[in-house]
Parts: sequence; structure tokens; C-alpha cells
Amino acid sequence: MAANVETAEQVRAIAAEKYKYGFITDIESDTAPKGLSEDIVRLISRKKEEPEWLLAWRLKAFRHWPTMAEPTWANVDFPAIDYQDAYYYSAPKSGSKPKSLDEVDPELLRTYEKLGIPLKEQELLAGVAVDAVFDSVSVATTFKGKLEEKGIIFCSMSEAVQKHPALVQKYLGSVVPAGDNKHACLNSAVFTDGSFVYIPKGVRCPMELSTYFRINAANTGQFERTLIIADAGSYVSYLEGCTAPMRDENQLHAAVVELIALDDAEIKYSTVQNWYPGDAEGRGGIYNFVTKRGACRGVNSKISWTQVETGSAITWKYPSCILQGDNSVGEFYSIAITNNRQQADTGTKMIHLGRNTRSRIVSKGISAGRAQQTYRGLVRISAKAAGARNHTQCDSLLIGDACGAHTVPYIESKNRSATVEHEATTSKISEDQLFYCRQRGISQEDAVALVVNGFCREVLQQLPMEFAVEAQKLVGISLEGSVG
Amino acid sequence: MTGKSAKKSQGKAKYMLEIKNLHATVDGKEILRGVDLSIAPGEVHAIMGPNGSGKSTLAYVMTGREGYQVTEGEILFKGRDILAMSPEVRAGEGLFLAFQYPVEIPGVPNTTFLKEALNAVRQYRGEPLLDAMQSLRLVRQKMKELGVTEELLKRAVNTGFSGGEKKRNEVLQMAVLEPALAVLDETDSGLDIDALKTVADGVNALRGPDRSMLVITHYQRLLDYIVPDHVHVLAQGRVVRSGGKELALELERDGYAAFTGAAA
Amino acid sequence: MRPSPARRPKLMDTTTPTLSFVDQYGASRDDLPGGALPWLCALRETAIAGFAASGLPTPHAESWKYTSLRPMKKLDFSHSADGAISIDSLPTLLPHGQGGHRLVFVNGAFRADLSLLDNLPKGVQAGSLADLLARDPAALEDTLGCIAGNDVQPMLALNTALMRDGLVLRIETGVTVPMPIEVIYIGAAPDTPRAFHPRNLIVLEPRARATVIEHHAGLGAGPYLANSVGEVQVGEGAALHHYKVQAEDADAFHIATAHVRLARDAFFDGFILSTGARLARHEVAVRMTGPGAECHLNGAYMLRGEQHCDITTAIEHEAPHTSSREVFRGVIDDKARAVFQGRIVVHPHAQKSDGHQLSKALLLSDQAEIDAKPELEIYADDVKCSHGATAGDLDHGALFYLRSRGIPEATARHMLIEAFLTDSIRRIAAEGLCPALIASVGAWLSRSVRP
Repeated sequence: MAANVETAEQVRAIAAEKYKYGFITDIESDTAPKGLSEDIVRLISRKKEEPEWLLAWRLKAFRHWPTMAEPTWANVDFPAIDYQDAYYYSAPKSGSKPKSLDEVDPELLRTYEKLGIPLKEQELLAGVAVDAVFDSVSVATTFKGKLEEKGIIFCSMSEAVQKHPALVQKYLGSVVPAGDNKHACLNSAVFTDGSFVYIPKGVRCPMELSTYFRINAANTGQFERTLIIADAGSYVSYLEGCTAPMRDENQLHAAVVELIALDDAEIKYSTVQNWYPGDAEGRGGIYNFVTKRGACRGVNSKISWTQVETGSAITWKYPSCILQGDNSVGEFYSIAITNNRQQADTGTKMIHLGRNTRSRIVSKGISAGRAQQTYRGLVRISAKAAGARNHTQCDSLLIGDACGAHTVPYIESKNRSATVEHEATTSKISEDQLFYCRQRGISQEDAVALVVNGFCREVLQQLPMEFAVEAQKLVGISLEGSVG
Repeated sequence: MTGKSAKKSQGKAKYMLEIKNLHATVDGKEILRGVDLSIAPGEVHAIMGPNGSGKSTLAYVMTGREGYQVTEGEILFKGRDILAMSPEVRAGEGLFLAFQYPVEIPGVPNTTFLKEALNAVRQYRGEPLLDAMQSLRLVRQKMKELGVTEELLKRAVNTGFSGGEKKRNEVLQMAVLEPALAVLDETDSGLDIDALKTVADGVNALRGPDRSMLVITHYQRLLDYIVPDHVHVLAQGRVVRSGGKELALELERDGYAAFTGAAA
Repeated sequence: MRPSPARRPKLMDTTTPTLSFVDQYGASRDDLPGGALPWLCALRETAIAGFAASGLPTPHAESWKYTSLRPMKKLDFSHSADGAISIDSLPTLLPHGQGGHRLVFVNGAFRADLSLLDNLPKGVQAGSLADLLARDPAALEDTLGCIAGNDVQPMLALNTALMRDGLVLRIETGVTVPMPIEVIYIGAAPDTPRAFHPRNLIVLEPRARATVIEHHAGLGAGPYLANSVGEVQVGEGAALHHYKVQAEDADAFHIATAHVRLARDAFFDGFILSTGARLARHEVAVRMTGPGAECHLNGAYMLRGEQHCDITTAIEHEAPHTSSREVFRGVIDDKARAVFQGRIVVHPHAQKSDGHQLSKALLLSDQAEIDAKPELEIYADDVKCSHGATAGDLDHGALFYLRSRGIPEATARHMLIEAFLTDSIRRIAAEGLCPALIASVGAWLSRSVRP
């Protein structure tokens, strides 16, 4: 509630702010040679000192990869990706792993400060544990001690493979198998790091878990792999927020996120994505191709995806929920803003398998400039999914007459006792609304931000507080100059 | 010109509002054909007229809505020409319009909107801005005086409001923003007698020596509750007759027939 | 000038059903109507080449994702249908003795003996395509094949290649036809499966007004494929009410592709009631090319057994101030399956347009299935568009209410389903038609006794 009240103030304060995160850190990197081959896969596995079973898993995916076709059905247009023209491994050369923040390379810490997440301050003030990923290797993990008391595991994927191999082996690839799609397959072969979270039975994680990412070295695709397991009766809220430096070459981001919720467990996954969108002509932005899927395995389990997407040149992601357990609940709340020449083809899939499952989708899309945005959603009610309930609300707001919004929902119902309701609307910010605000003294630009935040309110309310604030700022910045 | 200099000149102007020979067109059609009108501080004027006479057009031209072209004449507000000012600047200067059909703004709570507007105007005038708590306190005080409920505050601006609630919301905004000149565009349309009384009470409570009002209405009924100092008849884009409050009763009795086709 | 000798076009799809249609074309080319017209021959040649290259549609194509033509591909439709079959009693939807105008086609061939065209008002030309191609082909050159434009859909191409006959209706400027024009298409295949490809052309000149009722039925004799194409042009300020009832035989295949083009201020009121056929596909593409055009597309479908009904529509707002309203309601029982794919496209300069679409489906059995894909593609900002889709069972609250008033459950369900469907039917303007449609709903329901 308080976040909404501060909306226009923040927006006004940042009115003239350019993309402030665009810069490059000069730091020594230990980079593998360019290109993609079985040798690179082995190199990555060796550098991370991985057990044999994981190397085998990677190689299997790598060998399967060339047989898969690149998905072309999305409504986005981009030049073909040259997978050989990139580096797949880049780790900062700061010796062995730091035992505490004091041991972290100060240059790196300064990088994080610029990003607005000084680890030391965060540790004191926000009480948020941060797993900061610098390029391909996790640098520091804070709050591990406090979480360890509760038996919560929150560490990098690399560390999880070493310390909790049984858990990783049990669940890795169980929600998004390597053969799922081409990008997930590549990720399975060359993923270098990501987050691993395990919440034990009956434990409610006392703080929001968060991760910040950056892509630094030129041409390093970011292939993080995240695995979150909420055991019976547990709860966790996880935040993911990204920034990236200004670059001229396109950068590929093909992440995989797998969530597993067992009986009576709940996972809340929030993302505020702020990748570099390319310049006003659409050059040089990030390609964001992500596979995110949550399996509501247990009875009464729940997984919520909340996202605010305002960056990246090309976005292709469909956070999904597989509602296997009876009475399980899947939710998807999204704000997608595209401006200038951005393209986004995004949405969600809710697969109802168990009985009395519920899904709720609220998608708010705002398109301006020459951007193209497509919502693509699937609600599938299987024959056995008795009593399933779905409600979908997709609304698009268009600003200007050179952009486009495309809504393509697929509704497949094979069960008579299921209720599916889908509504979509398209509109613009009306002159009447803008004039009403201006007659009350509010400037045109502030009026647009006010009306748009009102449009997105239902989704913004789902975000954890700190994220809601950043999200509202992003909404304002992304729409700079779009009305007038 | 900043808000500060506006304050200084306020005491000097004889009239709060002076409209001189105003001509305006909409979609190429001339609606206002030489309107003359002067309002002194503290006065309440009523404008009545048949449909199509240009009453709402006058309100929109005064507040700077797009789509209206002023082809001749001027509007002086506190002695300054406002035609070149944007709508938000006119609001900062102290001009307020209570809309005939207040628009809905979904998802934006009334509290947020009021704070935005309040601070926008305060910033223009160089006054200190209020935080959320201070703004809410101010609004609550005005609400009590108007008899508006807390519940209305929490809802999104005008969204799902009944006709009466929308009009009361307009008056609440007026009370909070404290304009120097308030234009009420057919505030009585769509209201039953009880709602009308409540709204009128709210408006009357805001009358004062430093505030003027222009009440636009088609029916005389509203003027039984908001008693004007002067009444003008607008017909075919011009003020064709002016008088005291009895003029309103005369119009009620005889209708507008005498005025349609009368203006040369 | 005679066209060059038949040459089998290069094939990429070598499945038998596709081949047999291509062969059929090759064999019957010379005796298709309009053989002496170079423009028509060129049209047919291009069409068959396109058809051969793409083959019959498969679910790999996005537009056919939910509809497989496999049951149709199992049958051999290579023999052309006989239009001279004798008909004892004509199925008609309009009450007898209403007078009115009627055209009858049997297996795609016009039957003057069964038609009633005596009282057509002045300025109305209604008749057979084959006849017009022989008499006065110039009248068709700039419309036939032109309204459908660049659509390369295979079934449309097949129709263009093999079409023999169909309805030609032209209404001159300012003429109003007070009585509805009923067009009946009867399919009969007593000995072997047959295919026919009616090609219809309806042109309303500026400010013309008419009502056309299309009725598809079978003689209950054997499976047939009715693959029809309709090209409709509604001129400036004109209004066309077009109601279609598809009540083909239970083992028939009904594939219909319609292209409708609306000029400035034109009005199109379309309605489809689909209950028959083993597999039905209704594809309607509407283009509103002038400002002020308005399109209503409504319909209802009732499916049981293993029926499959696919309604695929695309409404394009190409000019400002255009509006569209689309509502489809359906009831699906047993193992039947319905598909609704409705797309609304608003072009960049079509400001102040509004388009609203709604699909509501009731699933009555555990194996019934609905696949809906309502799509919005918007490129202009000052527009209001919405779509909605619901799928599920009857409203339990309403059901309980009726039962609490003493109405037995089966009757209550029947009442609610009937209300659900007739809501769509009551919106159509041709009041004379309503009783027949509502009766057919009642008849369908009474055969479906469900506790």
C-alpha cells in the first residue's frame, strides 16, 4: 500500500534518469576459448570440480542439442544466433572461494555498490540474503549462517552440487528435462551457476531470498540454472532482479528455473527484470530466452509467479505451473512493458492435472514506441482434472499508433466440471483521463505514470515491498517520452 | 511566471475573471461567438442556457482542454492571460473544474490521486510538499466537513461510483485543492434532490471573499440551493442577458424560447 | 484460345487423398464450366498447383492445429457427384406458404425444377453460377476469385479448381429485397462417397438490403464432402443478413470458407447454427475496408457422438470507426469436440474501432472437449477491443434454483441449455426463421436424455 502512495514522487525524481546501470567493470576474467564444443562442456565441469554423474548429464544434453529445432513460432523477429561466436565460461580471477565478505575482491564489491546492492549495507538494513552472481561464478553468499539454523539451504548451484549432491541429483531436470526445448537443452549442457534453495519440512523461510545477476565479459551468454525445493508444509519467497551493462553485441540469456512444491508447501517467485533493451533503434540489447516451470507436486501446494519485465531486446518466456497435486494452486501476475523497438512474446502455461486445482492469470501489457508485444497463454484442463477453476484477465494498454499488442490464449478443456474464464481487453490512456489529471495540476508525464500504475496495480500489489518500489520506478522510466 | 509572482499580483486585479470577446471553435464549427463576462472575487455567478449554447465549451476553453481553438478574445484570470498556459499550470494558478461527467481512473486510489494533485499545486506555488500521512490528515478533515465517507477514499477514482458519489468526489477535490475560481459544469445533472442538497451544502461551505464560482446549469433548481449573485444567459455562443437571481426564476417560468434566435 | 494440355503439377505431398483430388482435376478439367475463359482457366490452374503443393491441411498448420482431417482422408472422394438425383421432399426452414424465393442445389448442381425464382423484385439477379459462366461471364471476371484475394488455404484452392456451380446473387444499387432468399444445398451419395464444391458469390451494390438463408442438409444416403466457398461483397451503406444452418448428414463432411468484404458504412449480420456432419469447419474471414462498417457474427453449435466442429473466424478492422461483435455459444456432449478460433485484427490506422468477441461452451459429458483460441492483434491505440471465453458446466446455482421450485433435474438441465442456446438465436433479425431454429434446438435436446 505504501509503495503505491509514493509512486509519482519517485517517478518525478527519476524523470531525467538514463539507464544508470550501463557500465562495464574492468576486472581480470578467466575466460574459456570462444565457441561451443564437447571440450568446453568438459572444461566447465572440470573447473567446477563436478562429480561424474553431472558431467554425464551435461554431455547427454549437449549431444541431444543439435537434433533439436530452434523454436520459431513465437511472434518475434531476430537475426539467427551464432552459438560459436560466444564465450561460455568466464570467472573472476580472485583465487579460492571467499569465506566471508571481507575476502571478496574489493573491485567486485564496488561493482555491486554501483548496482545499488552494497552487500554490507544489505546485510545490515534489509535483512535480505543475497546470492550475488558475478558472471559465471557465485561470489559471495550472505546470511548463510542464519538460514542454516533453520535448516534452509540457500547457496549457489555450484556449491549445492558439492555439498548436497543427493538433493540436486534427485530434482535437477525433473521439471524441465533437457529435451524440453532447444534453449533449455543448451542450458543443461553449459549452465555455470545459479541458485539452489531447499526449505525443509514445516519451515517458513523468515526472509525474502534474492539474487542479482550481471553479464559482464563481452559475448558471455548467461546460462544460470536455478532449483528451488519447498518440502512439505514450507514457505519461501524468492526475488530475482537483473541488470546488465551497455554492450553493442547481442547477449543471450537462456536460463532455466525449476520449482518444486510438495504437500502444503508454497513458493512465491518474483522477478523484476531490467536488462538493457537495446538503443532507441533496437541495437545491442539482451536476448532473454528463459524456461521457468513450477511443479505443484503435493496436495494443497501453491506456486506464484510475479514478474515485471521492462528490459531486454527480445523476451521469450512462459513461466508455467504444472498442477499435479489435488487442490493445488498456480498463479501468474505479470506486467510487461515494451518501448522503442523491443519485442516480447511472453505468457504462461497452466496445466491442470489433479482434482480441484485452481489457476489465476493477470497479465498487463503496455506497448509504446514501435514495440511489439504478444501474450501467449495456455490453460489446459486434462480429462481427469475434475473441478478445475481458471480465471484469466489479460489487458493491453497501447500508447501511440506505431506499436502492437497481440493476445493469443489457448484454452483446452477436456473436463466438464472445470470452469475456465478468460477475458482480454485492449485500450489506450484516454484523453479524458489525462485532461482530468492535468486539470488537477498534474503534469502530462506524471499523469501517464499515474494512470499506467493504476492499470498495473493488481500486479504491483503482488510484489514484495522492496520490489514494488523498484518496479514502479521502472514503469515510469520505461515509458519516458512515449506520450506527447 | 512562477506561482510566487502569481500570488503577488493577486491582490491587484479588480476582477478574479475577465472574459473579453471570446470566440472559440470545435471541429471547425464556431461555438462561442463573443462571450463577455466579469467575475469579482467572492462572487458566485450562474450561467444558464439552452442545449448547444456553448456552456460546456466555455468551461473547457477556460481550463485548456485540447480540441478547442480560440480564434479571438482573451481570458484574464487574476489579471493574467491564461490562454497560453497548459491545463496543469492553470490549475496551479487556482482554477478548478468540477466535471459534468467525471472520468474513471481504474487502479488509482482516491487518496493517491488527491495527494498527487495537492502536491502538484503546492509545488507550483513553491509551498512545502506533503507526505502521505499529512495529505491524508488534510483530506480527512475536509471529508468530515463534507460528510464524505472513508470508504469512498479507498476506492479508485470515480470507478464504480454512483452519479451522486462522483459529484461529491468533485466537491471533495475542490475542498482539498482550495481553488481561487471554481467552475461547476452542470453539477446537478443526474442527481436526485437529496444528493443535490448534499452537494450544494458542500459547495456553499467553500464560498468566501477570496474565492469565486461560476455555476453552469440548465435548470434553475440548483440555484435554489447555491444562490448566485449574478445570473447570465448564454445563447448561441454569447451572453445575451444578465441579471440578479430573479432572472433564474424568470427563465424557469418562461423557458429559453425568447433567447433562441434572438442573438444577432 | 485453348488452354495448354493438362500437366500434373509438381507434388510435395504424396498422400493418396491429395493425389486423388489432383487426378480428378486432371481428368475433368476440360469439362468444367468456363473452359473457354482464359482468366478462369488460369485461376483454376494456379489453385490446383497450390493445392498440390500444400496438400490437404494437417494439424501442423497453426490454423488447423485442433482439427485433423484424418476421418475424411480415409475415404475416396474421387468421383464427382450427381446433381440429377430425384428429391421427394425438400427440407425447408421457412414456414410453408410464405412465398419468398428459393434456390436449390443438389450435390452442388443447380436445380431449376426445385427452385422458386418467379417473384424476384426488379434489380435482383439470382441464379446458377454455371449458367452465368455460359451466358455472361464478363459479369464475373472482376469478382469471382477476387474477394477471396490472396487466401491460399488448401480447401479454398481445391474449390476454385473443381467448382462447377453455386449461387450467384447480385442486388443493384438501392434495391431492397423484402422477402428472405432461401438457398438449399442437399448432399446425397447413395453408392459411393462423393465430393462437391459449391462456389457462391453474393454482391450487394451500395445501399442494397437483403436476407439470405443458407440451409445445408443431406438425404441420409452416404458420406459426402461439401466443400463450399462463399465470396460476399457488401457495398457502401448496404446491409446483408446471412443466416446459415448446417444440418448435414451424420457422416458427411462440411467445410465452408467464406470471405466477406464490407465497404464504408456497410452492415453484415451473420449467423451460423451447426449441428450436423461428422466434421464441420466454418471458416469466415471478414474485412472491413471502409469507415463506419459494422459486422455481427453470431452462432451456436450442438455436438454429440464423435462429432467435430471447428469455427475459425478472422475479423479485420482496416478502417477507422469500424465495429464488430461476435458471440458463439455451444453445447458439447458424448465424445464430441468443438474448436473456436476467433481472431480480431485492428490495423494501424483503424482508430476509434471496437471489436468484442465472446465464446461460451458447455461441456455435458466427461469426454467432451473444447479448444478455444480467441486472438487479438492490435496495432492502433485509440480502440476498444475485448474478448472472452468460458468453458464449463451449467451454472449450478441456476440449476439448484429450478430444482428447488420442484422442477426435475433432467428438465431443469434441458431448460437451461435451451436458454443458453436460444439467447444467440433470438438475436437474429429474420423472425420467420427463429421458430425453426428454436425447434431444432428443442429436437436436439430431447434426443439427449441426461440425468
